[in-house]
Parts: sequence; C-alpha cells; structure tokens
Amino acid sequence: MTRHSNVLFRFAAPQAFYGLAGRLWPWVAALATVLGAWGLWMGMFVAPADFQQGQAYRIIFVHVPASWMSMIIYLAMAFWALLGLTFNTRLSGMMNRALAPTGAMFAFLSLWTGALWGKPMWGTWWVWDARLTSELILFFLYLGFIGLTASIDDPRRADKAGGLLALVGAINVPVIYFSVRWWNTLHQGASVSVTQGSSMAQTMLWAMLLMAMSFWLYAIAIALYRIRTLILEREKHALWVEAELRSEGGAS
Amino acid sequence: MIWNSASEFWAMGGYGLYVWGSFGVTALLMGGEVILAARHHQRTRESLQMQATTIGSVQDTAKDWQP
Repeated sequence: MTRHSNVLFRFAAPQAFYGLAGRLWPWVAALATVLGAWGLWMGMFVAPADFQQGQAYRIIFVHVPASWMSMIIYLAMAFWALLGLTFNTRLSGMMNRALAPTGAMFAFLSLWTGALWGKPMWGTWWVWDARLTSELILFFLYLGFIGLTASIDDPRRADKAGGLLALVGAINVPVIYFSVRWWNTLHQGASVSVTQGSSMAQTMLWAMLLMAMSFWLYAIAIALYRIRTLILEREKHALWVEAELRSEGGAS
Repeated sequence: MIWNSASEFWAMGGYGLYVWGSFGVTALLMGGEVILAARHHQRTRESLQMQATTIGSVQDTAKDWQP
C-alpha cells in the first residue's frame, strides 16, 4: 500500500476526520466569503448590462452557481455512496448526510431563481420542459434521501439505503445537464462549455466563475462543519468524544 | 462604476423584484443554513456533555452505595 492511500485511510476514521474537518472548515469558509464578495462586486458593479436582457441577466450570478452546485453535490454523494457500499466505510454515510441538506437548498435555489428569471424573460414562472422538470426531480431526490435516511433508526442501514438512492438517482444528473441539447426546451443552451468556451463577456464570465467557486467552497465548508456534529452524535459512546467534549468545554 | 445613482442600482432597470428576489432568498437560505448548522452543533455538544456528567454522577453515587 502506498503512503498516499495510507493517509486517506487514516482520515477515513471518524476521530481523525473530526479533527481534520475542524481545522479545515474556517479556512474554506473564509475563502468562500472572499471570493463571494469579489464575485458580487464584479457581478453587480463591474459587469455591464446585457444587450438583450438588460439588468435582469444578473440573476445568472446566483442561478448558474446554485444549479451547478445542486448537480455537483449529488455527484459527490453518489461517489461517497459507491465508496461506502464498496468498502463499508462509516464516514461515507455521514458525508452524504452532511451534504444532502446543502444540495437540497441549492436545487431549490436553482428552481426559485430560475422562476424569477423566467417570468420577465419567458413570460412564465414555470414550464414542464426537460431542463426544469429534471431539476425538480433532483430536488425531490434530495428530499427523498433526507427523508429515507431520517426514517431508518439503525444508522448503518440508513446509510446503505440512502447510498443506494444516491447512486441510482445520479442518472438524473447527466439528464439535467444534457437536457438542453437532447430536447427542444425553452431553457437556453450552456453559456459556458468545455468544448466551445464561453459566449459571455469577460467580466460577466469572471463574476459568474467567482460566484461558482464561492458556492463550491461554501458547500465544502458547511459539509465539513456539519459532519462534525454527525460524528459526535454517532460516536458519542467513544472515549475520544468524551475527552473532546471535556477539553473544549463547548467552545466549538 | 456602471450605476449613476443608488436608486438606479436598486431598480435594476425595472427588474428589481426579480433580481433582488433571487439574491435575497439565496442570501437568506445560505445564512439560515449556517445559523441552523451552528445551533445544531452547539445543542449536540451540550446534550452530550449533560449525558456524560449525568452518567458520571450516577456512577459516583453507585460507588458510594457499595457496601
């Protein structure tokens, strides 16, 4: 076994990860705040109005990052689910439970900001087209995951059931992403593409990418924070938790 | 600066309701999530500490009652 994988397995132990997450989250959160402030400044004060949509296009600076994160978090959950179901690691299930609420929130924000953008541009809050419907399904998948894991008392069994849902539901993510290409939809195509680059003005693109990075780091920070609570709850009978509770005395 | 006045900024070219409705709810939910997560962590710590002290004192009492 290589040294690299040794390090990975060391932090797969809840106790080690509790300490690591505690040291990491403040830095990640700080970076998310800085990039978010920078992105907002670029998006609201530097980027010019759009020649077609006027100022309404600025919704893109929250809509696209939230939509991306709703998909990325689900893919991350599918990854941890696969790891958990294959290697039976305890941390994977906790990771997924730490991620799911944030994923659900971003899926909701994607739908909410999309509706607020659709009304002035398309004349309707909602249409049952491929992009919007598949994103709504993603939101329900998150709610399903949260409900399912919460309804099973045995945490390890709950993790397994949730893991299966996360894994099977992941098929929906490429459907969302490619829906604008596969079907005729009201939703516009991708503004940023890996193969074709960007069709946006430089400052608009930068503002959007900064906001996306900020949301990404936010998601990592809040998941690292939340997993510590979950580890404490799960490992409450372990000696190290008792020592931990006594040493910090409720400070963090 | 692309804006001539603060009111022009808040009006967002007539799309203020939609733009600020999007940014406002996003800020509200993200801020709310942070507060809820912090509160949950604090409550968990407190209840576990309480359990630990209760168990500890029960064990101590039990020791006193040993014949």
